[in-house]
Amino acid sequence: MSEPLIRVEELTKHYYLPKTKLLEKRNAVRAVDGISFDIAEGEIFGLVGESGCGKSTTGQMIVQLVKETHGGIYYRDRQINALPANEMKALRRELQIVFQDPSSSLNPKKTIGWLLEEPLVIHGVADRAKRREIVLKTLEQVGLGADYLKRYPHELSGGQKQRVGIAAALVLKPKFIVIDEAVSALDVSVQSQILNLLKELRDKLRLTYLFISHDLNVVQYLSDRVGVMYLGKLVEIFDVSTSAVGPLHPYTKALFSAIPDVKGTRERVLLKGDVPNPIHPPDGCAFHPRCPLAVDRCSQERPGLQKVAPRHEVSCHLFEEGDFPS
Amino acid sequence: MANTLLAIDELDVAFTIGGKQYPALRQLSFEVREKERVGIVGESGCGKSLTSLSVMGLLPESAAITRGQISLAGKTLSAGLREEWHSTRGRQVAMIFQDPMTALNPLMPVGKQIAEMALTHLAVTRKEAKQMALEMMAKVGLSRIEQLYGEYPHRLSGGMMQRMMIAMALICQPKLLIADEPTTALDVTIQAQILALLREMNRSTGTAMLFISHDLGVIREVCERVIVMYAGFIVEDAPVQDILENPKHPYTAALLQALPSVEKRGQALYTIPGRVPPLTERGGGCPFAGRCPRAFGICHTITPELDTGMDGHRVRCHLYVEGRLCG
Repeated sequence: MSEPLIRVEELTKHYYLPKTKLLEKRNAVRAVDGISFDIAEGEIFGLVGESGCGKSTTGQMIVQLVKETHGGIYYRDRQINALPANEMKALRRELQIVFQDPSSSLNPKKTIGWLLEEPLVIHGVADRAKRREIVLKTLEQVGLGADYLKRYPHELSGGQKQRVGIAAALVLKPKFIVIDEAVSALDVSVQSQILNLLKELRDKLRLTYLFISHDLNVVQYLSDRVGVMYLGKLVEIFDVSTSAVGPLHPYTKALFSAIPDVKGTRERVLLKGDVPNPIHPPDGCAFHPRCPLAVDRCSQERPGLQKVAPRHEVSCHLFEEGDFPS
Repeated sequence: MANTLLAIDELDVAFTIGGKQYPALRQLSFEVREKERVGIVGESGCGKSLTSLSVMGLLPESAAITRGQISLAGKTLSAGLREEWHSTRGRQVAMIFQDPMTALNPLMPVGKQIAEMALTHLAVTRKEAKQMALEMMAKVGLSRIEQLYGEYPHRLSGGMMQRMMIAMALICQPKLLIADEPTTALDVTIQAQILALLREMNRSTGTAMLFISHDLGVIREVCERVIVMYAGFIVEDAPVQDILENPKHPYTAALLQALPSVEKRGQALYTIPGRVPPLTERGGGCPFAGRCPRAFGICHTITPELDTGMDGHRVRCHLYVEGRLCG
């Protein structure tokens, strides 16, 4: 395995709430609460979880669109979250993001050609002909042609817009792209086109992705490794292709068993209740109030990620090193 | 065999845009029997929501029924009579929507909204309506109901709000419940809870269900029979297991093949070229002909009929005659 391209250490984001009383201790929403993982070069790392678990915040912190509260983000072993602004700007060429809703992330008043050229202008590609050439080449890479240059976003279908969104991330020839729910808003037949495109681009341009999605079928199809988040914490990281045992954490199991599939072979684990309030997460393991296997220790002591097998880490008291209770 | 509850016969619905008519639903014919759970699946723009709005009498101003009829529990519903629709909605047929946040009134306590439904449609007093609402809230699996009754929608989670919507829809014991993408806005673990609740409600109250979704997996969880729609037409209609194991229409087959799953890792996904033709670009011939890998001569000129096979598996495709594959 190659060296990690992206490494995240104890990454934390707290959103502070306004005080309601003068001497009150300030409350915080712990959106992301001390997570660590790494992504190897050429890998697709999937990040899944329910809404509000912190997966998008994590992606936005890695490309520095959101400033972390504390923790470290390393790109090729260089810490990027403490860099001066001009160095960070240079680095942004290599770290890009694709958003969920292309209709709201593309400026409706600008042509596709302009939208794709702007990043090149910002990053100092001075020669106009050269810029045009790069834009055309990128459009071809995402399966669109020169006739799209003069069009506006509203003239395109959802799938075409998402291709433009991907092209906008690609024009600067990045090494790493955060893909945040990029296929969630698309219909099945269009979704499969975009998934194939993402896969093809990864192979051709040797890209690395952080693929964020709530759709577990999509994540399992595309990713090499999957990280599962719950209430701002990573509860499990496992390799989709080699893990013989599959997911182990009770939350991951429940989550994966809840995917409606067309074969109907899965055994259901129905969770009770909702995700707790992230302002006052439960003590101990954050999942214990909903966990069907919780024991006393779970409500007192917070578990950490433990390696239980090669390329498989679980954060649960039921799993000590190399031990698999059923 | 149970009696027919909802019968839609050769229904055409068209939008009028700038003085021109654009057909959005074409030759729509299907039935829902009492207590049956029927799913409608298709991509955006195929007419599944328009179908449910037609049954509810809630078509937008610009759309109108141009042909055919809808009958519910033996009574034909005519488009013009507002009073008739008003008494039908709630009592006979109720609907739950995709996003409970926008379907609930944000300025009124949720419990009161549920009770209001009973007050409007049944001859009950305020006190009785409240009692009924509380009972219904308990039935849909909510706890602390006395306290929840007075809460406003923004204080509730998405799953709780959708439970409230279900309670509101079922309080008058309608014969038919239309659920339009009821779990699309919810997380998977909450989705699983709501689907289980809908199945349980169908079993305990005997309310038939017309369940609309873009997700075949969700349909499989809930329904017995599924109708596949494409560009305003029904292209296939069969028992769920049948359609998933043995899809006949090339569109249904393509939809199933295009689904990503862990088993398909490492392979490229099957894709359907192009997209669903928009309303303004629909011509004659089979609606799917332009994207169909098996289209031949007449597919582009003649619209196929919805062909009924021997096993109740209907398919609209020139490749089939009396449910059997030809050529």
